[in-house]
Amino acid sequence: MAQKPVQFTLNGEDKAAFASDGQNLLDMLRRGVGDLSPKYGCGQGACGACTVLIDGEPCLSCLTLAETVDGKDVATTSGLSSGSGIHPLQDAFMRNFAAQCGYCTPGMLMAAKALLDRNPQPSRDDVVEAISGNLCRCTGYEPIINAVLEASRSGASQPNG
Amino acid sequence: MSVEFRKDLFADERDDDLNEIGKPTQRQDMLGHVTGRSPFYDDHLFEGLLHMRCVRSPHHHARIRSIDTSEAERLPGVKKVIVGSDVPNNLNALLSLLDFGLDDEPLLSDKKVSYKGEPVAAIVADSERIARDAVAKVRVDWEVLPHVLDVEEAIKPGAPSVNGAYPANKFIYHGKYDHQKLRYGDVDAALRQADHVIEGRYQMSPIEQAPMETCGAIAAPETNDRFVCYTATQGLFFSLGTAAKLLDLSSARLHFIGGTVGGGFGGKVDSLHEPLAILGCMLTGKPCKYMFDREDEMQVGAPRGAERWYITDGVMNDGHIVARKFIGYFDAGAYTRLSSYAIIKGAGHLPGPYTIPNVYADIYCVYTNRTPATAMRGFGITGVDFAIENHMDKVANTVGIDPIELRILNAYRDGDMKAHRREAKNTALIECCQVAAEKSGWQTSDWVKQQSSLSGGGGERGQLPTHTATDQHGFVQDGQSGSYGGGSKRQEKSAYAETAAARAAPPAAAPPLRSMPVAQPPTQPARTPEPVQSAPAPAPATGPTAEPPQPQTRRSPARFSSISGLRRR
Ligand code: FES
Ligand code: FES
Repeated sequence: MAQKPVQFTLNGEDKAAFASDGQNLLDMLRRGVGDLSPKYGCGQGACGACTVLIDGEPCLSCLTLAETVDGKDVATTSGLSSGSGIHPLQDAFMRNFAAQCGYCTPGMLMAAKALLDRNPQPSRDDVVEAISGNLCRCTGYEPIINAVLEASRSGASQPNG
Repeated sequence: MSVEFRKDLFADERDDDLNEIGKPTQRQDMLGHVTGRSPFYDDHLFEGLLHMRCVRSPHHHARIRSIDTSEAERLPGVKKVIVGSDVPNNLNALLSLLDFGLDDEPLLSDKKVSYKGEPVAAIVADSERIARDAVAKVRVDWEVLPHVLDVEEAIKPGAPSVNGAYPANKFIYHGKYDHQKLRYGDVDAALRQADHVIEGRYQMSPIEQAPMETCGAIAAPETNDRFVCYTATQGLFFSLGTAAKLLDLSSARLHFIGGTVGGGFGGKVDSLHEPLAILGCMLTGKPCKYMFDREDEMQVGAPRGAERWYITDGVMNDGHIVARKFIGYFDAGAYTRLSSYAIIKGAGHLPGPYTIPNVYADIYCVYTNRTPATAMRGFGITGVDFAIENHMDKVANTVGIDPIELRILNAYRDGDMKAHRREAKNTALIECCQVAAEKSGWQTSDWVKQQSSLSGGGGERGQLPTHTATDQHGFVQDGQSGSYGGGSKRQEKSAYAETAAARAAPPAAAPPLRSMPVAQPPTQPARTPEPVQSAPAPAPATGPTAEPPQPQTRRSPARFSSISGLRRR
């Protein structure tokens, strides 16, 4: 099977991997370079658990061909916290009980990060819109929406808090 | 997080000196969740991991004439094609670990399939993609059989027999009855005296748990001749025991690691993935992953079963419900899984949170050619609650009483006897109704506001009935369940024979074969379980109707044989 070399940055670090024919980015991130934070929920673009940022844009990694990130910048939840501190979004998720099983959380966080990066003072409707592609079966969404709003008030839009 | 604690309610029943309860407390796994480091089962990487996909039935019901796996086996990258004969002990019932019910479900079917999606072979391959390609190359020669998808159709004479262990399509309770019985007071007599008889039919749908993480497990060879299994299961020891049984392995050779579950809601107890992943690992010597994709999860993953309920209430003009009769059909799908247990839970819940002096229920666990049902949040309870609460509204409308008022009028209160013969305590329906009315702006009378769960209980309506009408309808001859002692597990494959009378008439319409007066001591029930007599004792001739004494099991209000009725008798 044809293998294509792919070079990209992942959370600021240079990475190289071989992408097999038709391999999706989710699989390459998890098995190819060992970043297990994006999750498989459906493989069909329906749930958002696999959301990562590519050059700052939220993307569904299960529907993204791995080879297409060659030369691009990929960001995942693994890179959200810097050093020993956690990102204000993570902190707000914790304080607002915005996760139960935690499976949707990495995808939610990346969707929220993309929103705050582009719109530091979102309205509630903006938040709802931004996470509308991310399903959560546990929390009922309210705590998640509240967490994102709280993070926006605490300056989460600054890179790495 | 803002949580409203109504500490004004039952304040004097509580010391309020608890350190944790009543206060929001951070989850211990929260930091892992927000940093993406919580170790879900699929977050364990293995060199050379093999992937498993199942060949599934496209039919609701079919006999397997033959399975040809040769072409699939020749596909490059296919390591093993597993069929039923490779499974060391290929028949199981989940609750057999609790000695409850017959083994009725193969891990991989080799004789017939009873639902669409039932697995008949498992491909183990280098990649998921190769496994999928190989699935398409397995040739199964099917003999399609007539199928039945409706619970009431399934128990009619001549219906296709879905489940080999229960040919009449009904689970057998306690080795005795083809349904779960509840008898409390005399419903038929009370219905005759009621001002209104109000009937309703309620049908629920199956509901998929739909966890964000699909079901799955990874097994890998370990040192010391063991297998490690990372799993999404909700019941680690349940899955461990099930895998040990199906694979005929000592559980000491299985090292299960779980506890991080990406949502379960009940749908991750069926223990289908662990044994197959371990078997794949045993047969190849390589780490093996068996995982539902989203389509499998939605189509093959077991839902909460659908329920159909018929409720007949006898109601007086003042709104008091004097009798409530249930006929329930729980759609187990093709195999038992946890449905038999759901019904026992449901029976303990009847007639809902109300004090009704005469209650009758026949609840059938019915096999149909649908996806097997399993646990989901309140299964066995939420379904019948939907029926009960809709029926309460219907009663309120018919009798012309405010629906909140009707509920409070009939609500159970501390000290009332419940239909399963335990005294109600810590009841709170009245307070719930009051708060619900207040929050929704529902106008209520002063009488409603004055009611309390703490007072008014144990009155005439809340007493143990002096007479309970019993019957033997649905009695199963030859009722060797194997579940309650008697006979080794290997010999219990024999089918149940129903009495001709019970089989000939649909159960909803079948009159009781006989009704027996039973004397009840007027005392409150004791709190300790009482051993149930196995030998029939003559009935005391003290009932209100003169009937010849019938052999029967002694009944007492303290009769209580654990939540799931598992006590050997
Ligand atoms: S896994 Fe990518 S959207 Fe669900
Ligand atoms: S926290 Fe479980 S799916 Fe969102």
